[in-house]
Amino acid sequence: MNSIMIEIKDLVTYYGTRKILDGINLTVNRGETLIILGRSGCGKSTLLRHIIGLSKPSEGHILIKGHDITRMDEDERLPIVKKIGMLFQSGALFNSMTVGENVALPLREHTQLEQSTIGIMTRMKLDQVGLAGFENFMPAQLSGGMKKRAALARAIAMDPDILFCDEPSAGLDPIVAVGIDHLILKLKKAFKMTIVIVTHEMASVFMIADRVALLDKGRILALGTVQELQAMDNPKIQQFFNREPDPEEVDRNEYLSSLVGG
Amino acid sequence: MLKVDVNKQDDIAIITVEGDIDLYSSPQVRKEIIKLTNDETKGIIVNLAGVTYMDSSGVATLVEGLQLVNDYKGKLFMCHVQGVVHDVFELSRLDKVFSIFPKEADAVKAYHEAN
Repeated sequence: MNSIMIEIKDLVTYYGTRKILDGINLTVNRGETLIILGRSGCGKSTLLRHIIGLSKPSEGHILIKGHDITRMDEDERLPIVKKIGMLFQSGALFNSMTVGENVALPLREHTQLEQSTIGIMTRMKLDQVGLAGFENFMPAQLSGGMKKRAALARAIAMDPDILFCDEPSAGLDPIVAVGIDHLILKLKKAFKMTIVIVTHEMASVFMIADRVALLDKGRILALGTVQELQAMDNPKIQQFFNREPDPEEVDRNEYLSSLVGG
Repeated sequence: MLKVDVNKQDDIAIITVEGDIDLYSSPQVRKEIIKLTNDETKGIIVNLAGVTYMDSSGVATLVEGLQLVNDYKGKLFMCHVQGVVHDVFELSRLDKVFSIFPKEADAVKAYHEAN
């Protein structure tokens, strides 16, 4: 039987007066990999920030394992957040710490484990993301893709119940990107990890998604398996799956006016 | 709730673990392994039949145990590595590092054959 790990109810949020999320309803089951797709600026990363409690919604509720995090203060959220891993788009490594210290940080902050155990765990996580031997490097000595993988190692350091990834494959070469996809599949199998990923990489979608939520203008336009979405007639959905560009419709007067600054 | 039993007979100790081995309970397993390695117990067999979940801290604890046992040329064997525990071992590629046996009797026999 599926148990619900994340439940989002009627989520609405604004940046200033601009509505970014407009009535999102979504559930994610234990062990499920949900991919959030959508064009730039459609609210994907904002949705992610709300689910992990970094932003408060204007309206609605977000329940993590049954606990409404929108109604909690930081102290109340801490035990829930400890079991959540987050891979930020930028990686967000601490530049003053070595790669190993970055990965070990959550274990040092939140557990009573011995340093020897933490050291082995850190090296195991780095090995899993293909960075064995880079423990003593500084983030500045790594390429963009390696930083992203180091950040992923940190995100999974505590073996989280739920892992959120904001564009994990962006900036990675295709071989490394597919390696990350394989790792995500292994984490799901080994730890029954619930995984929510924001991505534009359609190859990843086909490989790892159990379900896909397609976001458009702050709303969920479609939700289902890849096959279900591919079978839908909606042109916006088809445009995504067929990787079609926007039609080049130009209003001559409007275009001329924009060029001459009139 | 984690239960760790140690049964020592001659130069072999069987550690029987039941329950979830996670960030908060793995130190309990480590404590027993460290006690045995401090005594330089020649054969340590970890029976994981009753383990319902194991995270990376559990695996790291066993790796540390293996390293300590190797230092005094003892043996650390695993048995009943199955289901989710096997998946975690495989993820960490430790199915290639540990000597793993299907049953406790197999591990005991292997120890005696090696000594």
